[in-house]
Amino acid sequence: MIKAILVFNNHGKPRLSKFYQYFNEDMQQQIIKETFQLVSKRDDNVCNFLEGGSLIGGSDYKLIYRHYATLYFVFCVDSSESELGILDLIQVFVETLDKCFENVCELDLIFHADAAHQVLDELVMGGMVLQTNMADILCRLQEQNKMQKAEAGISAAPARAVSAVKSMNLPQQLRDMKLPDLPQAIKDFPVSLH
Amino acid sequence: MALKKVKGNFERMFDKNLTDLVRGIRNNKDNESKYIAQCMEEIKVELRQDNIAVKANAVAKLTYLQMLGYDISWAIFNIIEVMSSNKFTYKRIGYLAASQSFHADSELLMLTTNMIRKDLNAQNQYEAGLALSGLSCFISHDLARDLANDIMTLMSSTKPYLRMKAVLMMYKVFLRYPEALRPAFPKLKEKLEDPDPGVQSAAVNVVCELARKNPKNYLSLAPVFFKLMTTSTNNWMLIKIIKLFGALTPLEPRLGKKLIEPLTNLIHSTSAMSLLYECINTVIAVLISISSGMPGHAASVQLCVQKLRILIEDSDQNLKYLGLLAMSRILKSHPKSVQAHKDLVLACLDDKDESIRLRALGLLYGMVSKKNLMEIVKKLMVHMDRAEGTLYRDELLTRIIEICSQNNYQHVVDFEWYVTVLTELTEMETSAKHGRMVAAQVTEVGARVAEVREFAARECGGLVARAAAAPPGPASKEVLYAAAYVLAEYCREETVMRESVSGLLICAGTGGGHMRARAVCVHAALKIVANLLRLYEGRNDMDAAIAILREALSGLRPLLCSEDMEVQERAHNASALLALVLRRLSPADAALPNVALSDTARPDSILVEHQHTDELEKEDNLDPINGESTPSGFSGGLIEELADLFDGELKPVAPKAQKKVPMPADLNLEQWLSHDHWSSESSSSEGEPEAAVFAAPQRDARPTAQFTPEELAMLREARRQEQANNPHYLKDDSPRSYQQDDIPIAEIALEVPLQVHTKRSDKYLLSRENSSKKKKEKRTSKKRKSKKDKPSSDSDSEEEASLGRPAVAEGGELPEGAALSDEEPPPPPDDPHRALDLDLDQPLREEELLTSRINQYPSPEGGLLTKKSKSSKKNKITDKGSGDKVSKKKKEKKSKQKSVDLMLPEVAKLHVEEDLLIEDLSKTNGKKSAKGSDEVEEAILVEPHPKGTKTEKHKKSKKESKDKDSKRNKSSSKKGKHEKKTGYEEALGISTPSKEVI
Repeated sequence: MIKAILVFNNHGKPRLSKFYQYFNEDMQQQIIKETFQLVSKRDDNVCNFLEGGSLIGGSDYKLIYRHYATLYFVFCVDSSESELGILDLIQVFVETLDKCFENVCELDLIFHADAAHQVLDELVMGGMVLQTNMADILCRLQEQNKMQKAEAGISAAPARAVSAVKSMNLPQQLRDMKLPDLPQAIKDFPVSLH
Repeated sequence: MALKKVKGNFERMFDKNLTDLVRGIRNNKDNESKYIAQCMEEIKVELRQDNIAVKANAVAKLTYLQMLGYDISWAIFNIIEVMSSNKFTYKRIGYLAASQSFHADSELLMLTTNMIRKDLNAQNQYEAGLALSGLSCFISHDLARDLANDIMTLMSSTKPYLRMKAVLMMYKVFLRYPEALRPAFPKLKEKLEDPDPGVQSAAVNVVCELARKNPKNYLSLAPVFFKLMTTSTNNWMLIKIIKLFGALTPLEPRLGKKLIEPLTNLIHSTSAMSLLYECINTVIAVLISISSGMPGHAASVQLCVQKLRILIEDSDQNLKYLGLLAMSRILKSHPKSVQAHKDLVLACLDDKDESIRLRALGLLYGMVSKKNLMEIVKKLMVHMDRAEGTLYRDELLTRIIEICSQNNYQHVVDFEWYVTVLTELTEMETSAKHGRMVAAQVTEVGARVAEVREFAARECGGLVARAAAAPPGPASKEVLYAAAYVLAEYCREETVMRESVSGLLICAGTGGGHMRARAVCVHAALKIVANLLRLYEGRNDMDAAIAILREALSGLRPLLCSEDMEVQERAHNASALLALVLRRLSPADAALPNVALSDTARPDSILVEHQHTDELEKEDNLDPINGESTPSGFSGGLIEELADLFDGELKPVAPKAQKKVPMPADLNLEQWLSHDHWSSESSSSEGEPEAAVFAAPQRDARPTAQFTPEELAMLREARRQEQANNPHYLKDDSPRSYQQDDIPIAEIALEVPLQVHTKRSDKYLLSRENSSKKKKEKRTSKKRKSKKDKPSSDSDSEEEASLGRPAVAEGGELPEGAALSDEEPPPPPDDPHRALDLDLDQPLREEELLTSRINQYPSPEGGLLTKKSKSSKKNKITDKGSGDKVSKKKKEKKSKQKSVDLMLPEVAKLHVEEDLLIEDLSKTNGKKSAKGSDEVEEAILVEPHPKGTKTEKHKKSKKESKDKDSKRNKSSSKKGKHEKKTGYEEALGISTPSKEVI
């Protein structure tokens, strides 16, 4: 069983966290922090397994992690999982993310943590490995995204336009206008017409 | 109106979406928490909107904030709202939030039961899949019970995607609701041979998880797995199967024998390292389970060890790590084969990777022998010097102590060496926890190995002197505790004792408030002084005696006002005792404390009183000192008496010895100690009788002399108890009682020269090497002979015996007749798997089937208030069933149901199709609004009927009832209400076709 999957960057900022056993939010943050401290002080050329980590699990549990550029992918698993198998699984996870985001980087995970969760849900379910075949996973994801697009249809077009404008990285003056004020201005606008 | 709505929508476009939130947080790095608090407020406003899109957006943001550590459990209701949306997009958001923030004990989870059931039965496989994924993260007992059947139905879905997810989901259901395991197991077994490899793999996964905790129940599946193992090419699944076999073999050695061959083949053939590694692991498990005597057994071990060696020598650190991990498993059963690779393990101790070093350390445990122990420990000590991280240092220390002390110091030949090692470990200054470990070793070696006591005492003297010279570190403080004890208890060398006294007293005065060793130091000093005095008296060396007394008294003086209570009290005791002796020796000595002088003007009388209490214990009579102690020496026997306090040897006590003390046959704890006198006596023993409210006359009438011996014994016991609990009472009786308090007496500081470059312990190693070389030369021929005779593990026993290992006292003291063997059973661990320890081969009983079927009705608190379990209905029938007809009917029904249940999978399929049909119907009827509740209703109505008998009439009735339901839905919008009605009917025992009654 996989007990938790954590993704955080080189500074310990969580980018994705999934706990298959309940911990409250404070505990989750502590676990992430502790795991980061354990993992981050290790060189890149040492092994990818780590025992200890007092907060999560006991002696039966292991941390298995991989470090990609700015991100750490850490799986906390018990002895029923094959160590090398989990390493492969992390690789599959990252490769799938790479396919979904086209050259995945930390920013993709920052802004689309939900999409990353969707990928993960096709890979692991309730702490058990669901699917390891990347083609299958991608196919499932595409079909679901298609459904979502079909639902959005025309009605979502304006919202998409707005979000497109927003994410165009507007120049500074636009940001200074303070977006929350915009609705007010627009609300006032029709009134003045009357 | 419409315009307003449009306007509202338009406004909402400018709400922050998730991207804006993330961007905002990144732009507000300095006041992040403030920004997030502001966002939280906005989210709360958004959640109050009716627009589901707005809510979904808010929930998506909440999910992100949850990851950052913000509690979002307050939004559980909103999350459920979003989950129940019809749109897949929002559902996805809702379920993600739920899977991140819900847990089995969440409130309001019961609200989700029907929604999830609806989603599970959704037409679109992804909706159902989404529900399964989400549910797997927060399933509770109630949800598991209520949804078990729906999930079981999904296990035979036509879509592999759903089958796969449902199979995995069942494991979570089992954990929460163990009763589901037996009914579901046949289907799970069936899935092991599913045409879809994904489903197969999922089923293997679930069975592996189940079997890991309760392997014996799954032995019957071994043939299926064996077939899978030999045919499958899916490495992922193979690994799981092989792991499963690893868990099964200990229970069935025959299986292991059968496995060896295919596994060895796999080891030779596979190119996947992960698979290779798991094969080796399982072979190891097999080898452990089958005792030797199997042909090819040694070859398999050899193969494993060889392959592991390749792994360990690999440049990939991961393989190296795993190789060592597997080695440690072999080590337990075949230490010899691993010891051959000692070089490899020792080399790994120098690895730059800490995980690998720790693994290698773990292996050392089994690699030491009498011959190489010193060498290995030396190496570890060097590592300790170099290690930077405290974790690794501490681990090293633990390992050193572990390998040396294992099996009652089996491998330690030279205890002087070991004591030196312990001293050196102390000097390395590790943490206090490990100081305690070293301290325990020092005490233990002292207690168990009589030969080394003198030496240990000398070493401890050195430790004390060093601690006195400079403030000790955390580890030394702990060790000082043991050092003071060992020093005082075992030291017999005059010089050492003489020098230690002042050192101990200095130690007692310094070292911070909470050092538990300080009080022990005081006591150790007293003990040493007593021993010294006896020595001097034997020599009749009055001057030396007076000198040591003066020194001790002056050393104790600052401690009389120590801030530590215990130190202060012991210092007072000690100085009073010593002053007593000094006054006898030189009555007008300047060193005598004034206070003590006035208080104890007549030393004899004090001693008398002291003795007096002793006597009281024995006789309850007050005969003061009689000429028993024949005055001898210059102190008139006083010194002898003082030293007697500390006489006798402490022996190791076995664990749990206290528990094993047999209860005296005549002891009755229930009995009143003294019926009438006791209470009044104890309350009025001090002070005059109060105004006798209750029973004063009785006490007056009490004839003191008329105690029966039992009563006397009781009184004495009571007094002893009281004294023992009274901190102000100087505990007296025997010297043993002092020693029980761990109070050593101490002495002389030995200056042990510190060598800078080589460890002191090394000299033992060198001398050993030299002597053993000589011995070897002499005894080669003899040895060869003996080796031939005993090729097994004892080959070097003779040589080792010649090394003259001192006797080590084993075990510990136990009450007579008690044995160590009876272990208490371990306390039951809190593990959900215990509940899953069920016999799966037994045919299903009827009740079990029923329970599993009942489960689809939510419990009263499960949202739908009505669905009382059918059993209650049945009970009512039976209660009512005075008429024979009714009971007959019931019987018929039961038997029908049974036959239905046994065909569960098929029926379930039918059920699904039916549901789908119904769904279609409801859609075409354009009653979409009522759809959700309809389906649920349908399920309720349909389920209890014996579906195997699909008569026309039955269908008709269903349709009719369905129509009625929908009508009712229109009329009464509140779901719960009409469901209550249904439940009411059911509870009344109105049987199936009579639904039309409504």
